[in-house]
Amino acid sequence: MTGDRSLVYIAIFAAIIGALGVVPGLTLPLGGGVPITLQSLGIMLAGVVLGPVRGAAAVLLFLVLVAVGIPLLPGGRGGPGVFLGPSAGFLIGFPIAAFACGVVMRLLRHSAVFPASLAAAIIGGIGVLYSFGIPGLAVFADLSMQKAAFLSLVYLPGDLIKAFGVAVIAEAISRGRPDALMSRL
Amino acid sequence: MLTDLYVFADSPVHRARPVVKIAALVVLCTSLFVCEGWTAVTVAGVLVFTGFALAGLGPRHAIVSVRPALWILAAIFAVQLYMTDVVFAGFIVARFVVLILAAALVTLTTRTSEFVDGILSALRFAPAWVPKAQIALAVSLFLRFVPLVRTALDDVREAQRARGLDRNIKAILVPLVVRILKTADEVSQAIYARSFD
Repeated sequence: MTGDRSLVYIAIFAAIIGALGVVPGLTLPLGGGVPITLQSLGIMLAGVVLGPVRGAAAVLLFLVLVAVGIPLLPGGRGGPGVFLGPSAGFLIGFPIAAFACGVVMRLLRHSAVFPASLAAAIIGGIGVLYSFGIPGLAVFADLSMQKAAFLSLVYLPGDLIKAFGVAVIAEAISRGRPDALMSRL
Repeated sequence: MLTDLYVFADSPVHRARPVVKIAALVVLCTSLFVCEGWTAVTVAGVLVFTGFALAGLGPRHAIVSVRPALWILAAIFAVQLYMTDVVFAGFIVARFVVLILAAALVTLTTRTSEFVDGILSALRFAPAWVPKAQIALAVSLFLRFVPLVRTALDDVREAQRARGLDRNIKAILVPLVVRILKTADEVSQAIYARSFD
């Protein structure tokens, strides 16, 4: 049973990540017109809820299907070219970020769900993700690391809000459907 | 509801096998980063333009493909202009535009189902430790779940709009995720009942 349930959960979280990237109107009105979507919230949520391995698997499934041309990235982008664009570093960092979220969640398994998932989302979804995204932007756009970091800074307020949102959702799941919080099983 | 970016037509580009197109794309992109300079970008640009013309794609498709990246391209141009000069800034942005268009050419002329079939048939050659059946099932579940999540999201937003909460991210995402997890459990039970494993 557990094997089957993991598979369905992996597929459904990949679908949540995909749906959150393209939904119009759920773009956060922040950062001076930068299109901030909820996609990275999906990445953090996959790691926090599913744990490291399943979380990373969900993100990988999503990325493979984006790479073969299903337009599920913000702005309706898809296809192999997205891994060669300015945000390639962030995309490559997605599965690792989800993995890191899951690891932090495991390490904090004895703390309350809300602070544990907030910490996991911030460390994995911001710390780890940016440490891949910023060098990626620097390489692909021929920028210095400082400039690339500065450009990425516009996403930080939105990502902090998203990390908070992940913690709220994880807390709600732990109360409403506790056995769905696989990182805690 | 799950659309791909495919533009229907019959041309040599459309008929080429997906593997060939992806290989060509990888070669083009790598060479653009290896041989820096306007010459390489111009040659690649001409190649991509020829591809667009052969496939019968117009400027409209090109604009639609580049548009999502406009903001970040403008930002990169501004930073490069500040650090170097207008020629180099133009080169960096032109290289991105050519890359995006080359990738768009592949996406616009290949059905997603062709790619997915490619993945699944490639799995046949995978080593024994790869869980092939599980991967195939996960891919098909994903393709079914994306429209399902979107429908659920629309339902929840409509319900919350009636309460004046449709701009409240928490009021939308919490019921959405809980509802989807319920569906996930039901689907798992259905799969288990059919003795998949």
